Amino acid sequence: MEKVKKKIGSFSFWNWVTASIIFRLILIYFPKNLNLSSRPEVSTPLTSFRRLAEGYWLKQSFMSPYAGSMYHGSPLLLSLLGPLTINSLVSVIADVVSAMLIRATGQNLRLAYLRSLESLDLVKQIEVSEFLFSGDIAALIYLCNPFTIVACVGLSTSPIENMAVILCLYGACSRLIPLAAFGWVIATHLSLYPAILIIPVIFLLGCGPDSPPRKLFLQRHQQKEVLNQSKLPPRFSWGPVIHFAFWAFLWSVYVLVLCGISLKQFGGLWEMFKSTYGFILTVEDLSPNIGVLWYFFAEVFEFFRNFFLIVFHVNILFMILPLAIRLRHRPCYLAFVYVAICSMLKSYPSVGDSALYLGLLGWFVNELADMQFSLFLFCGYVGVSLLSPVMHNLWIWRGTGNANFYFATAMVYACLQIVLVVEGVSAMLNHDRKLRNLITGKPQDAKS
Amino acid sequence: MELSFTQGRWNYESWGGFDPISSSNAKPPGVELWAVFDVPQHHIDASWKNLTHTLSGLFCASINFLESTATYSTPEWSFPPASGNVRYGTLPCEAVCTENLTPWLKLLPCRDKAGIALLLDRPSLYRGFYHSQRGRCVLAKSSSVYLLLDRGLVAELKFPNKENGKSAANGLTSENFWSNPSFELSVNPDRIFLEESSSHSKSLSILYMFQVEKYSESEPFDIGLMWKVPVAWLCQQTPLHASRFLMGSGNERGAIAISLKSTQFTEGFMSANSKDGSCELRVDVFQVVPWYVKVYFHSLRVFVDQQPRAVSDFIEKIHVSPSKDKMSPGVMEVVLKLPCRVNTAALTIEFDKGFLRIDEYPPDANQGFDIPSAIISFPNFHASMVFLEDDSLNRSPLLSKFQEKCPVMSYTEVLLVPLTTPDFSMPYNVITIKCTVFALYFGSLLNVLQRRVAEEERFLKAKAAKKTGRLPLLLSKLSAKLRGRRREPLHSPPSSSSFINSKLVLKVILVAGLAVGWQYFFS
Repeated sequence: MEKVKKKIGSFSFWNWVTASIIFRLILIYFPKNLNLSSRPEVSTPLTSFRRLAEGYWLKQSFMSPYAGSMYHGSPLLLSLLGPLTINSLVSVIADVVSAMLIRATGQNLRLAYLRSLESLDLVKQIEVSEFLFSGDIAALIYLCNPFTIVACVGLSTSPIENMAVILCLYGACSRLIPLAAFGWVIATHLSLYPAILIIPVIFLLGCGPDSPPRKLFLQRHQQKEVLNQSKLPPRFSWGPVIHFAFWAFLWSVYVLVLCGISLKQFGGLWEMFKSTYGFILTVEDLSPNIGVLWYFFAEVFEFFRNFFLIVFHVNILFMILPLAIRLRHRPCYLAFVYVAICSMLKSYPSVGDSALYLGLLGWFVNELADMQFSLFLFCGYVGVSLLSPVMHNLWIWRGTGNANFYFATAMVYACLQIVLVVEGVSAMLNHDRKLRNLITGKPQDAKS
Repeated sequence: MELSFTQGRWNYESWGGFDPISSSNAKPPGVELWAVFDVPQHHIDASWKNLTHTLSGLFCASINFLESTATYSTPEWSFPPASGNVRYGTLPCEAVCTENLTPWLKLLPCRDKAGIALLLDRPSLYRGFYHSQRGRCVLAKSSSVYLLLDRGLVAELKFPNKENGKSAANGLTSENFWSNPSFELSVNPDRIFLEESSSHSKSLSILYMFQVEKYSESEPFDIGLMWKVPVAWLCQQTPLHASRFLMGSGNERGAIAISLKSTQFTEGFMSANSKDGSCELRVDVFQVVPWYVKVYFHSLRVFVDQQPRAVSDFIEKIHVSPSKDKMSPGVMEVVLKLPCRVNTAALTIEFDKGFLRIDEYPPDANQGFDIPSAIISFPNFHASMVFLEDDSLNRSPLLSKFQEKCPVMSYTEVLLVPLTTPDFSMPYNVITIKCTVFALYFGSLLNVLQRRVAEEERFLKAKAAKKTGRLPLLLSKLSAKLRGRRREPLHSPPSSSSFINSKLVLKVILVAGLAVGWQYFFS
């Protein structure tokens, strides 16, 4: 019965995958111009394909691609995507590859979870048969998410950035260290923020995929008075981490050398860093997007600009340490929280970034089953994605609205993401507490 | 260096564009300044800054706005000499009024009390459609008034003995040339100049000169021209009539289009000139676009005779200096080679509108921002008129100016681009709301991370309650408080109430003691 269920489940998975690919192709080759690429929610100054085309044209005319404050991406992307005319197919391929990698990592995580439950002897107490196939669900969420589809069809480079991040996590989960290093280096090179994923990657390589806290295992074995070392999760091992550092160093040197060669006569690497990382950190472009930083830096006084820049970027950095301390036994979940915080607080967010963390959320459907406010969040996301284009139209095209209308929807979106992150972390910690209660035999509290 | 103040737009369709007056002297609306520097390359920008400030003080105009790098540009080919030492800046929305005229007149020796400047009557001057002041001062030894009869007008008027006049082109007064059945001059001209044969048209211009010094207070100089017969004529126009306009709607993006239409001149001339069919009309386009109009140069398209054509077919060379945000404007210089028999040609380029900070908007933000005029020049043709003078020592500077060979130039319209504005009344609101949201994120996430569960605390309390004695209880409570755990009410209420009371008394005594000590220490 279980086998049949599994077979049916996997059959409909491939159905869904093909359906989403066909849907994307239909949208790409739709005869009428959908104008998705000009939506500010989809294409930001960092991810816009039009700007990439402009950078490519400048490069072909023997000028630096960074000459005119138009292009702020990587020179490698220029060489790869510039000559291609069918740019949308690249995004479709990137999406499919990301979905497959998400599925593989999800299966990995699920197996690790089942194994840890077995070693904790909790298999009977938690209904394992009701466990959903988190890998399949996560991949389907990623593929069929309207945000992902819009980012793919709308000529943005975020599917490629997402693919790099997922590649890094997949490599770290499956112990393919060169692949993980490659993914991490490329993700950091394309957009600065995935650099903080080094911490979950280190935990993944050192300890292994997500598992309940180590002291639970110790408690269980104290109870059973059987110290079977083989059932305990391994201690933190530095070997893979050093291996990873070596490969990361190698790949980053390679990438920097390639960039240096392509920009040799245009100012070299310093120009590239100033135009890409400098642009991200100083928030020079104030075009509206789904984030909240653009209006803030349009309205703030010149005197306080640097102060607030530092505050907003430190906000991301500050949360790294507390989260790492509290969630070190669950590195994939830590990666999810980092990605969510980055896509909320980054300088130029777009729906492609949200697509990434919503996809990664699918890995944890079993652990986060008791998350509060899930319906509220779902309705909120739907509401914001419908209202935001309306407010944008009112402001820019009709002139009957104000910048405040659009900014209000951006604020609501930021609040929704905050609620998602906070409730997600809370639900995961509650799950760990539940496991601990099951082990220590304490009566379950309604509000723990 | 050339500085000009202009109000109004030169009507190329009615007033012509081919003669030196309209080609070199018709200027774009507002202030235009260009200068060639002779200093080393790295000093040029500092010299430009000095120049703008000096001129601003001299002429009571806000030319000092041109000092920031975002307002001036470095053209490469459009201004002779073609080198990197030219700087070009323009303020399209600068209004010209009498306060700008007064400093100009101060430069003249007698100001506006005597001489030519007496003619500059302010009300009539500023009531006109177009008036322009240009700084290119060459002092003349004597003042004269010139009356120019355009080539088109001469073709309309029928002068007797025209053939004789052509051979005797030595500028002598000839009775034949100032008496005409169509008009009558009130004063006889002192000299008449005939233009040397022009390659571009069949008729020649005629210049009448009147010397002012012959007249005085008793015999005032009053020149008048009376038309006896209504005459309508067409001034000679530029080879292609250039106009520029904006396309698109909304405040997010748009496109700039420069359209070139053939004029009567083109039709008449080109058909005569295209013998082998491979003649090409060269058109130079120079356009400066401010940085907040972000132009996509890769979207440049060329339409010839209303058909989209490949860019490389018609563009011989293109030089582009993309705009840097808040630093420099975008400069585009294009050399087009169009076939001589072209009917219409158009260049379109798309742009995105930028968003500025609230302090970068001018006081009237909803009016929009100006894109300065583009310069269209036709290097194949030279707008010059050569008048032969017999007295080469006494060369009139005006005639020397007419003889300069400069290419035919025309300026397009100034475009007004409306940009979206943020809400200017909102800085504090935005900052407080944003910071509240961030505090919400920060606080709630930290709270969730460090929150301890109720059971743990109860367990600890139970453990602590097993111990006897009040002091360990006190210590455990203190340690629990220091570790931030929530205080649970104890299972023994009576002891707790007295305990709380004594604690309260202890606190009060502690605070009182501190206050007394502080007072004592600092009194």
